[in-house]
Amino acid sequence: MADEIVELNNGTDGLVIVGIQRRGVQLAARIVSSIADREKAHVPEGALDITLYRDDLQTVGPRPLVGQTRIPVDIEGMRVVIVDDVLYTGRTVRAALDELADFGRPARISLAVLIDRGGRELPIQPDVVGKKVQIASGQRVDVMVQDLDGKDAVIIADKEPAT
Amino acid sequence: MTLSLGKDLLGLESLSGDHIQLILDTAEPFKEISERAIKKVPTLRGATIVNLFFEASTRTRISFEFAEKRLSADTVNVAASGSSVSKGETLVDTARNLEAMRIDMVVIRHGASGAAQFLADRIESNVINAGDGMHEHPTQGLLDLLTLRDHFKKLEGLKVCIVGDVLHSRVARSNIWGLKKMGVNVAVCGPRSLLPNAINELGVEVFDRVEEAIEWADALNILRLQLERMTAGYIPSLREYNRVFGVSRERLSRVQRDVLILHPGPMNRGVEIDSDVADGPFSVILDQVTNGVAVRMAVLYLLSGGKPELAEAAKGRDEGSVKRKHNE
Repeated sequence: MADEIVELNNGTDGLVIVGIQRRGVQLAARIVSSIADREKAHVPEGALDITLYRDDLQTVGPRPLVGQTRIPVDIEGMRVVIVDDVLYTGRTVRAALDELADFGRPARISLAVLIDRGGRELPIQPDVVGKKVQIASGQRVDVMVQDLDGKDAVIIADKEPAT
Repeated sequence: MTLSLGKDLLGLESLSGDHIQLILDTAEPFKEISERAIKKVPTLRGATIVNLFFEASTRTRISFEFAEKRLSADTVNVAASGSSVSKGETLVDTARNLEAMRIDMVVIRHGASGAAQFLADRIESNVINAGDGMHEHPTQGLLDLLTLRDHFKKLEGLKVCIVGDVLHSRVARSNIWGLKKMGVNVAVCGPRSLLPNAINELGVEVFDRVEEAIEWADALNILRLQLERMTAGYIPSLREYNRVFGVSRERLSRVQRDVLILHPGPMNRGVEIDSDVADGPFSVILDQVTNGVAVRMAVLYLLSGGKPELAEAAKGRDEGSVKRKHNE
């Protein structure tokens, strides 16, 4: 994925990798270190918490916890890559695009996801995909990462009622 | 994760330590929003908030207004003077009329202790207490806690002394409740005439000399000496108050460690606090003001609450039109 991101953006100049809280942030960190290994280039890395930009805040129960947003550089004119673990309805990405717009006007925004599970509800498509899987709407995909979950894994499970 | 603040924020006495922790933790990411070029998130888009201020206020009212606007809420300010309140309209009538215009939240500052509770019991909108008489000023207590936590990286086990007019101070009450719930050791210091009679029942230490308080404390929260109190005979003179209880650089320098200085404002320089302390290296008075916006954003966000019945209605779209009901 790191290679594809670099290729897509014609190198590492002006590149910024921004992960969506929470697991997207871990994946973004790995992509950045992978680019550092392969390209010998340091790419700035940020984190985006989209909670305050969600389109369902009026209807969800107790307030979701808000995480930290951290955009380390001015993204004006930069090439920003949004990184998330699972792409499903596209609503999270919509929120992330809105939030990024409040930080500036990048030259280009692209989207990299580890898992694309289909089921889009908005016209949003990824540019870089780790793996594409087709699964039913009654199931969910959990991505586990070493830092948060103690192991790396992708698990497809039956959905529990209203998480 | 399922912790909810409920409908209103009336005081810290009724909150648990977990609730306070939730508000402080939520305030943390909100700080960043005020550092952005575009200081605004769309979270409360479409919500209408009324700031109902029956008492003079600069900091608190503006801080609430910034917090509301940075969350994209629509805000209306109502001051007692120049409104129907001066024509004799009652608090409940004012609020009900506002509610008839379809508002979502009321932030109220009132001279009567219990006014926020009184209102909360009678209207459906969320009510946030921005100071009621001598009772509580919860968002001030919260921003003081956040400022202390920022500086010391923890709250539990800290020693904080509240200095000055504790008797008339809602800031003191909110601080005492909030600090104690977070495991902070609390003391008060001031002339006995300005301490409540039942101070011992609050479970705090009492210092009669400010030197002892400085010796003991990690942080001092210095209250404004409400000048109108002097005419009521609580203290002999401002000069004497400053001489006995004023926090000066000289007094602070007698201890061999840093004592953090907080003050809720507005300050009477040269009375309860000297200028070189207020502007000194251990003063976090302006950090308190910055944190105030973040804390109020957090409270607004947490109270704005989901309206699950809207989700239910959205699921059963064919069951007819969505009836809007508040906070159930």
